Amino acid sequence: MPSIVKPKVAHPSLVRNELGLTIRDYEGSMSTLCAGCGHDSITAAITRALFELSTPPHMLAKLSGIGCSSKTPTYFVGGAHGFNSAHGRMPAIATGASAANRTLTYLGVSGDGDSLSIGLGHLCHAIRRNLNMLYIIENNGVYGLTKGQFSAASDVGSRSKKGESNKMTPIDPVQLALSLGATFVARSFSGDKAQLVPILKAGLAHRGFAIVDVISPCVTFNDHEGSTKSYKSTRGRYNVATESDFVPHASEIVAEIGGVGQTNVTMHDGSVLRFTRLPENYDVTNRQAALDYLKAHQGEVVTGVLFADESVPEMHEMNNTPAVPLGSLPFEKLCPGSAELAKLMEDFR
Amino acid sequence: MNPSDVGNPGYFHKVVDCQWACPAHTNVPEYIRLIAQGRFTDAYMLNRQSNVFPAILGRTCDRPCEPACRRGRLPSPTNGNEIENPVAICRLKRVAADHKGDVSARLPKAPEKKNGRRVACIGAGPSSLTVANDLMPHGYSVTIFEKYDKPGGLMRTNIPSFRLPEQVLTDETDAILNMGVDIRYNSPVTSLRAVMDEGFDAIFVGSGAPRGKDLELPGRHDVAADSPGGIHIGIDWLGSLAFGHIDSIGEKVLIIGVGNTAMDCCRSSRRLGGKDVKVMARRPRAFFKASPWELEDAEEEGIEIVINHAPKRFVIEDGKLTGMEFDRLEWDADAKKSTVLDTVIIPCDDVILAIGQDNAFPWIERDLGIEFDKWGMPAVNQTTFESTRPGVFFGGDAAWGPKNIIWAVEHGHQAAISIDNHCQSIPVTQRPEWGMNLISQKMGISEWSYHNDYNPAHRQKMKHVDLVQRFEDLHVEVELGFSAEQTAREVQRCLNCDIETVFVAPKCIECDACIDICPLSCLTIAKDGPEEEIRKQLSAPAINPDQALFASLPLPQTGRLMMKDEDLCVHCGLCAERCPTAAWDMQKFQLLISYAGTPAPHTTCVAA
Ligand SMILES: Cc1cc2nc3c(=O)[nH]c(=O)nc-3n(C[C@H](O)[C@H](O)[C@H](O)COP(=O)(O)OP(=O)(O)OC[C@H]3O[C@@H](n4cnc5c(N)ncnc54)[C@H](O)[C@@H]3O)c2cc1C
Ligand SMILES: Cc1ncc(C[n+]2csc(CCOP(=O)(O)OP(=O)(O)O)c2C)c(N)n1
Ligand code: SF4
Ligand code: SF4
Ligand code: SF4
Ligand SMILES: [Mg+2]
Repeated sequence: MPSIVKPKVAHPSLVRNELGLTIRDYEGSMSTLCAGCGHDSITAAITRALFELSTPPHMLAKLSGIGCSSKTPTYFVGGAHGFNSAHGRMPAIATGASAANRTLTYLGVSGDGDSLSIGLGHLCHAIRRNLNMLYIIENNGVYGLTKGQFSAASDVGSRSKKGESNKMTPIDPVQLALSLGATFVARSFSGDKAQLVPILKAGLAHRGFAIVDVISPCVTFNDHEGSTKSYKSTRGRYNVATESDFVPHASEIVAEIGGVGQTNVTMHDGSVLRFTRLPENYDVTNRQAALDYLKAHQGEVVTGVLFADESVPEMHEMNNTPAVPLGSLPFEKLCPGSAELAKLMEDFR
Repeated sequence: MNPSDVGNPGYFHKVVDCQWACPAHTNVPEYIRLIAQGRFTDAYMLNRQSNVFPAILGRTCDRPCEPACRRGRLPSPTNGNEIENPVAICRLKRVAADHKGDVSARLPKAPEKKNGRRVACIGAGPSSLTVANDLMPHGYSVTIFEKYDKPGGLMRTNIPSFRLPEQVLTDETDAILNMGVDIRYNSPVTSLRAVMDEGFDAIFVGSGAPRGKDLELPGRHDVAADSPGGIHIGIDWLGSLAFGHIDSIGEKVLIIGVGNTAMDCCRSSRRLGGKDVKVMARRPRAFFKASPWELEDAEEEGIEIVINHAPKRFVIEDGKLTGMEFDRLEWDADAKKSTVLDTVIIPCDDVILAIGQDNAFPWIERDLGIEFDKWGMPAVNQTTFESTRPGVFFGGDAAWGPKNIIWAVEHGHQAAISIDNHCQSIPVTQRPEWGMNLISQKMGISEWSYHNDYNPAHRQKMKHVDLVQRFEDLHVEVELGFSAEQTAREVQRCLNCDIETVFVAPKCIECDACIDICPLSCLTIAKDGPEEEIRKQLSAPAINPDQALFASLPLPQTGRLMMKDEDLCVHCGLCAERCPTAAWDMQKFQLLISYAGTPAPHTTCVAA
């Protein structure tokens, strides 16, 4: 625990967003994670992304499972709704929450253990449903909270702190998501906020399920020589595959977007994900291209927005649900009564 | 950009804004912490090391430290659009002095055995007294020649006792004189040659700037000698008051000038019977020389401050002063050019001229090898304080005209070093080096030896004796000093700028934790480049070009640099707390200042 709460006093040139809030208004309580944990840097990136998007704190729902990573929603946007679910169950809770109130912005934080071991099934189905949320995996290659056991994301040959090496093949959440039909897939690194913040903003603007695998070194159990998820190893194998920035809706005249060599993906809300650099012959809307690129660059930490497709309907659109939160519907409509139920049952006879 | 030279004590010294701004480099944050711990005597003695007169200065100092205080650059905790007031550094100094215990055993002593060197000081003001303070403990025999029958210089003759009680002054001058200084009162020096002929090894001229400026306007010399009111020269008038030669003044008094002397004249007039006292200023308020708190104190006492009036003539009727005529002026925006609107006569019984002081050295023969310029000012070396005649030094107001007490003290320290060198045939230009201590304040994980939290309390307001009681007796001290509660609040406002953020590049793994946690956005990891370029890419804009931008050596993983804009760091220690590798540490900086005869300081650094 830090000795003090971060003092409220701030730099006089602190800017305000469209809501008149400063970035400090998007902070949460003090982190209790180990000093230097990558997760805290991701928290800082999330804070910045939400501030820059002027997301109203009360319109944000933060969800998580169990793990050091899953503790972090407490450390940003204190004024938001939050749900710390059972281990690996965040996608299910998020589905339910979104079904009940589609007007909130859903942001899930999970870990590689939470998502790829106990919660793997839930994650897969959330992807299939194209649940409208930003899903962040804070990937440190270990179960941090339970003291550093290898997770399903550990690479073969990566060594634990005590020296033994991992023998089981890893699950790469990026390839998993691509193969399951995810509509927005990206990877980034806690130590690269310049890349991470715009990716998070695009993920929040995306219609449907945006999954971002963020390499996030565990300083305590997985930052040693021989680990493939350390700060040093990540930096040594870092490959920025695509470079993109996020252009908010109506913030720039359209003519400026789409210069030579640029690819733009227009998001559902009118904002634009502008790619300023892509690998040769790489099409960000082509799932196979992304998989091929990853295969060709095995052993590297491939980062950037790797795939984005805004054309797929998200869960509510697929299911033709009401446009408003269920709680705002009149009771009679929400619960038409036993006579209506009996009528419905009759249809099935 | 070049990595910051943190091995030079100057780097960290500059971060301690108050100490950097203090002419004598008083260790402010450390004495404030000592006060916070109730260690008043220690706080007093720490002050005394550098500023020699803590009780006097705790009431009267010009306090250049306060406008420099970092707290005064931060947004107000209750209104982000306003800037905070600085820590009441000066008032806290008085707290240390007010509550100290018996310090006699800890005061410097002169050794029984003298070193055989004799030093003469002319004048017993703060500059000469500091010279004596620094040299007596090393065996020097110091003789002070003083015109009057008491020590203290202008501190006694001009600073009124309602600001500086006589006993407070005497206690601190005695602390020096009791070391066995040979002080010769009522001994105005009328010939420097005669002093030299006494065979001193060195002479220090600390005679001040004793001549108040006159105002030669029509009517100046027309007041009849036996007339009750009249025209007075401010510093002489205050002197007569201090020595009890006068005890009254007319009901209507005009003070000409709006500097610090004017403030003492107007407030003294109120106490001697002045009912309608006006301070007449030529220029608008933004261009006044008086300190803002002195103006406030005067206005609180019902003194009217009249702006844009230029004196034209004294109005004398039948040998009696009845008023003064002024041009009413209108100024341009920066108060450089004025036009006369009309003229007015303001009736008065007395006029006090407080328009400045001049130096005067009629008693220094011009054939002694001491060069003077065409304005009659001696040529004095800025570092050594030596005149053009080796062995003759100047300091305080005598060197370059009127300044203030704390500058006089610092001049005294530096002149004492020169005198010490001179007496040992060491070149006076050879100045002793300064050192520093840097000691980690880490007590454990997330545990520091100092109170690292930022306290949002506002500056405490000094309470004053009520107006009726205040005028009953000339000597009633107006300021009451801080109460225990006020002190407890004020000490927590200090930002511990001497608990420095010390960085070791090879340890950093570039996790960004320090950058993310810093409440004031001081930190950035950036690619190397020219400083002007880097200043534009920081986490928060560098709004204060006078403050240092720390740059580390290249970081091991990416070769980028750790940068810190020193401007607004509140020394909360969170960067060091969140650093997994202790690349940042909070270390207490102690500047080791050299004085005359002290051994060369030994720099010590103890990391976490
Ligand atoms: C009205 C007034 C108010 C002030 N208020 C403040 C204040 O609040 N805070 C502050 O910091 N500063 C204040 N100052 C300024 C401050 O007092 C001086 O800057 C400071 O005292 C200068 O110290 P000094 O050692 O140079 O000499 P001085 O204090 O001027 O002392 C010089 C001494 O030399 C003696 N002397 C002069 N000529 C001879 C001679 N030929 N032979 C023997 N003795 C001689 C004088 O009698 C005097 O005692 C004030 C000044 C004035 C005029
Ligand atoms: C049902 C259940 N099984 C096991 C655990 C123990 N457990 C707590 S956290 C954790 C793994 C967390 O790993 P990850 O999601 O990667 O989070 P990290 O701490 O690494 O950020 C496990 C297995 C649990 N809390 N609940
Ligand atoms: S154990 Fe690892 S993952 Fe958990 S807080 Fe510490 S550094 Fe972060
Ligand atoms: S001590 Fe560190 S965290 Fe605190 S304000 Fe200074 S640089 Fe920022
Ligand atoms: S917290 Fe420490 S290791 Fe991390 S970036 Fe800052 S100085 Fe480097
Ligand atoms: Mg993990």
